[in-house]
Amino acid sequence: MIVKDAVCPFCGCLCDDIEVEVEDDRVVAVTNACELGTTKFMGEKRMKSPILRDGDRWKDITYDEAVQYAADMLLSAERPLLYGWSGTHGEAQCVGVHMAELVRGVIDNTSSVCHGPSILAIQEVGHPGCTLGVVKNRADLVIYWGSNPIDAHPRHLSRYTRYAEGFFLENAFRDRKVIVVDVRKTETASIADEFVRIKPGGDYAVLSALRAIVQGKTDTIPRTVAGVAREQLIRVANLCKSAKFGAVYFGLGLTMTRGKYKNIRNAIELVSELSRHTKFTISAMRGHYNVYGSNEVNTWMTGYPFGIDYSRGIAFYNPGETTAVDILARKECDAALIVGSDPAAHFPRKCLEHLADIPVVQLDPYPNATTAFCNVQIPVAVTGIDAEGTAYRMDGVPIRTRKVLSTDYPSDREVLSRMYALMREALER
Amino acid sequence: MTELLVKNACVIDPLRGINAETMDIAILDGKIVEEVSDAAEVIDARGMLTLPGGVDSHTHICGTKVNFGRYMSPEDMRAGRTPRQGPLHATSGYSVPTTYGNSYRYSVMGYTTLLEGAMAPLEARHTHEEFVYTPLQDTMANTLFDGNWGIMEAIRDGDTKRVAAIIAWTLRAVKGFGVKLTNPGGTEAWQWGKNVSCIRDPVPYFEVTPAEIIRSIVEANELLGLPHSVHLHCNNLGTPGNYSCTLGSLGLIPDLNEKRQTLYATHVQFHAYGGSDWKDFCSKSEPIARFVDMRPQIVMDMGQVMFGRTTTMTADGPMEFNLYRLHHEKWSNHDVELETGSGIIPVIYRRKNLVNSIMWAIGLELALLTKSPWQCLLTTDNPNGAPFVKYPEIIGLLMSKKYRDAEFATIHPDTEARVPLPAIERELDWYEIAVMTRAGQAKALGIQDLGKGHLGPGADADVAIYPIRMDEVDPSAEYQKVIDAFSRTEYTIKRGRVVARRGECLVDGSNATFWVSPKVSEAYDMGKDPDFIEKFDRYYTVRMRNYPVQEEYLNRNRCIETEARI
Repeated sequence: MIVKDAVCPFCGCLCDDIEVEVEDDRVVAVTNACELGTTKFMGEKRMKSPILRDGDRWKDITYDEAVQYAADMLLSAERPLLYGWSGTHGEAQCVGVHMAELVRGVIDNTSSVCHGPSILAIQEVGHPGCTLGVVKNRADLVIYWGSNPIDAHPRHLSRYTRYAEGFFLENAFRDRKVIVVDVRKTETASIADEFVRIKPGGDYAVLSALRAIVQGKTDTIPRTVAGVAREQLIRVANLCKSAKFGAVYFGLGLTMTRGKYKNIRNAIELVSELSRHTKFTISAMRGHYNVYGSNEVNTWMTGYPFGIDYSRGIAFYNPGETTAVDILARKECDAALIVGSDPAAHFPRKCLEHLADIPVVQLDPYPNATTAFCNVQIPVAVTGIDAEGTAYRMDGVPIRTRKVLSTDYPSDREVLSRMYALMREALER
Repeated sequence: MTELLVKNACVIDPLRGINAETMDIAILDGKIVEEVSDAAEVIDARGMLTLPGGVDSHTHICGTKVNFGRYMSPEDMRAGRTPRQGPLHATSGYSVPTTYGNSYRYSVMGYTTLLEGAMAPLEARHTHEEFVYTPLQDTMANTLFDGNWGIMEAIRDGDTKRVAAIIAWTLRAVKGFGVKLTNPGGTEAWQWGKNVSCIRDPVPYFEVTPAEIIRSIVEANELLGLPHSVHLHCNNLGTPGNYSCTLGSLGLIPDLNEKRQTLYATHVQFHAYGGSDWKDFCSKSEPIARFVDMRPQIVMDMGQVMFGRTTTMTADGPMEFNLYRLHHEKWSNHDVELETGSGIIPVIYRRKNLVNSIMWAIGLELALLTKSPWQCLLTTDNPNGAPFVKYPEIIGLLMSKKYRDAEFATIHPDTEARVPLPAIERELDWYEIAVMTRAGQAKALGIQDLGKGHLGPGADADVAIYPIRMDEVDPSAEYQKVIDAFSRTEYTIKRGRVVARRGECLVDGSNATFWVSPKVSEAYDMGKDPDFIEKFDRYYTVRMRNYPVQEEYLNRNRCIETEARI
C-alpha cells in the first residue's frame, strides 16, 4: 500500500507531499522526503511496552500501571514540571496544559532552549512575517542568517526558496538571489550568491550597520564591521532595498549567540525599516515539526507561548524563572513529565543532576538519552506515522498529519487523557 | 429528557415582534417548546428583562491573528487573569483574552453565539481548534476571499459562476460560514508592499478593481444561496476622507435578497471619516447613515471605539502598517499565500486625543442617526475598537443622552466642532438594543431559521436574563444600572442549560460550529477542475488533499446545505 501526501513529522518544514510505501505494517520505502524524514519514517527499534525502573534493572509494566504511576507522581508533587511537547500533536499538548493547570505545575516546551529568545524579541517589537508560499511565489531575495537549511531543514530550499518554482518569477533559480550570513562557510553558503562572513558574536553590530545604511547613514559605517567590509555591507543593503520582495530566515546562529534576543530584535527592526522601502519579511527556522504548534496551543490556552507556571492558580509567565532549565537548576521541581523531547541530550549538566534525583516519567516511542533518567517510560505511537493529529508548520500553517500504518501503541493524547482523567477523579474524590 | 421552565420573564423578542410581555419560556432538551411537564425545573425570572441569547456578528476571538495578538503581548495577558476554579479553567488577557477568557466573559454578558470575523482559508484549521476551546458559545467563521488568486482570475475573465464555484469549494473545505472581503484587492497588493486607494484602483498583475471584486462576489454569494450576505470591510480603512470611498462601495450593491441584506458593511465607524488629513479630520456619519436609511439592502455594524488600551488586528495588512508608522508600537504582519493577509498592533485610544475623540463620537452617531436598528448593529469590531466587555457601556451611551453629555465633557474640547453628536437627542429603547445585540444580528447572519436570535418554539434555548426591571429603571437617567445589568446576567442559558449565573460561569460546555456546504453541479465542482487543481499543486505549499479541515475539528457539527444556482 502506498500512502500519498503523508506529512513528515521531523522538522518545521512539515513537508506534506511524502509518499510512504507500507507492507505488512512496516514502512518499506519513502519518496520525496529528505534523509532526516526518511530515517524517521523508516523507524528504529521501538520500545515494546512501558518500563519501570527496578533498582538497576528495567521491569515491563502495563499501560494501566504506567499511567497510574504518572498520575500519582504528578498528584503528589509540590512543583511538577511538564516539559517537552514539540514532538507531539496539538491535541496531546492541549491535555498537557489542562494537566499542568490541575496540579498547579509548570508547563514548558523546547522553545525555552531554542527559539525562546526569538519569541522575547517578537514580544518587544512584533513580527512581520508571511506563509512560506508567499516567499516561494514572490521573493527575489532570500537571506539565511545563522541558519544552515541544507543540514537542518533540507527541503526548505527546494520547496520554498532557492530551487522552488514561483508564480511571479519567470526563471526562479536565476531571478532569485540568495544571501547567506554566517560565521563559517556552511554548505548553504556554498550555494549562495553572496556569502557574508561575520566574526563570531558580531551579528548585532552587522545588523545595526545595515540598518544605518538603509536609513541613509552610510557615512557612519567604519571600514569593517565584525569582519565584514563596508563595501559588502553597502552591497547587501542595496540588494535588500532594490529587491521586490525580500525574506529573512534566521536560525539558532542568530538566536543563541551573543546578544540573543537583542539580535533578533535588531533583525526584526531591520526588516521593519526595509518595509518602508520595499516588501520584506522575516521568520524563524523552527526545529521540531510541531514546536510552533506547542507555542500556539499554549498561547490560546494560557496566554503565553512557553514557560507557564500555574503554582498560584493563574497562568504566570516569566522566562528565566518559569522555564524548565531554571526550575531544574534551582532544584525546585520535584517531579517531571517529559513528552516529545529529549532534555537529557540538550540540558546543562546541573539540570540533569537534579533530574536524576527526582521521579521522571517520559512518553516516547524510542529509548533516548532521557531514558537513563526515567523511573517510567511509556512508548507511544509516533504522530505522523501511527497516530494522527494537528501540527503547525514553522510559518503557522496547521496541517493534520496522516496515519500511515496501524499499530497497537496508544497516541500521546490517549495516554495523557487517561492520566488526566485519573488525576481529576482523585482530586474530586 | 431535561426540562426547564423560566417563569415570569419580561420578554423582548424582536424577531417575533414581542415587546416587554411577561411570559413563561418552556425548554425541552435544549430547544424552546410550547410547554413542559410539571416535572420541569423552574427558574423564576421575577419580571427581569429576558432576551434571546446575545449574538455577536463581528468579533475576533479565534485563529491565527488573534492568537498572534496574544503571543506578542504578554503585557495584555497579565492585564486580565483568573485562576482555575471549579469547572472553569484559568484565563489570561484583557483585550485579547485566551479562548476560555473570551468564552466565559461573553457568557457572563449573555452572549451565546459568536461569529469570528476573519478566517484565512489556509489557516482555517487553527480557527476551528480554538473554537473547540470556546465552550460556551456556538461559533462560525467568516472566510476571507479578498485576495484569492483563482477568484480574481475568474473575475478578470468575467466568469461569476466560476467565482461562485471557488467560493463553494473553499467554504466546504475549510468549514467556513460566510464570505468576508477585507480591503478587497488591497491584501494582494500588500504582498508587494502596496495598497489600493479605493474601489477603482486596479490590483497589481490581476488588473481587477475592488469594485469588480465586490460586485462579482456579491452576485456569486447570492448564486450560492448562502445564509449570510457578503461581509465587507471596505477599502481605505482609517484614513481621513474615506467616507466617499465607503459611499462608493455601498453604492455598488443592488438589492438581491428578500430575506436579508445583500451587503453587510462591517465596523463602519472606521470608514466614516471626513477631512483631507488629520488636521481637518471630522465625522461623516450623517451622509453614511442617510445613505443606509434609503437602502434596505445594506446592514452595517458600528465598530465603536471606546477609550483605553486595546489591540488592533485585521486581515488589512497595509492599514496596520500605516497605523504602525503613526504609533511606533510593535507591529506584526502575516501574509497568506494566494489568499489574504493580516496585521496586528496594540493601540491606546485616548480622550485627550482629538482624532480618537472624534472616532468615539462617530460610532455612536451611526447607531443614533440610522433610523432602523436592524441596519446598524452593536459591535466594537472586538478588539479593534475596544474589547467586547465594553458593550454594556455602549448600551448605556445609546440609551442616555445624559451619559453621552457627561462623557463628552471629558473628551478633547475641539471635538464639538467636528461631530454632530452633541446635537443628537435620540435615546434608544430596550427593544432597539435587543435588535442591535441579537435579533438584528441573527437576521443579518441568516441564522434565525436555524433557531438563533429568537425564543419561538423550535429555537435553540439560548436565553439571557438580565437583573433589571424595565418598569423600575429610567435608562436615560439611571444609566449605571443599565450598564451593570448588561455586564452580568442573572442567568445565561445555553442550549437549555444554565451556564452562567450572576457573573460566574457554572459549567464546561461544548459548542456547535455552523458552516455551509453549497451544493453545486458537477461542472462547477472545483475539486475536479483540472485548471484549479494544477494551479493549486504548483503555487500552494500545502497539498490539495491536506487542505480541507476534517470533521474531527468540529465539536457539534451544524452543516447548512444550500442549493446553489450553478
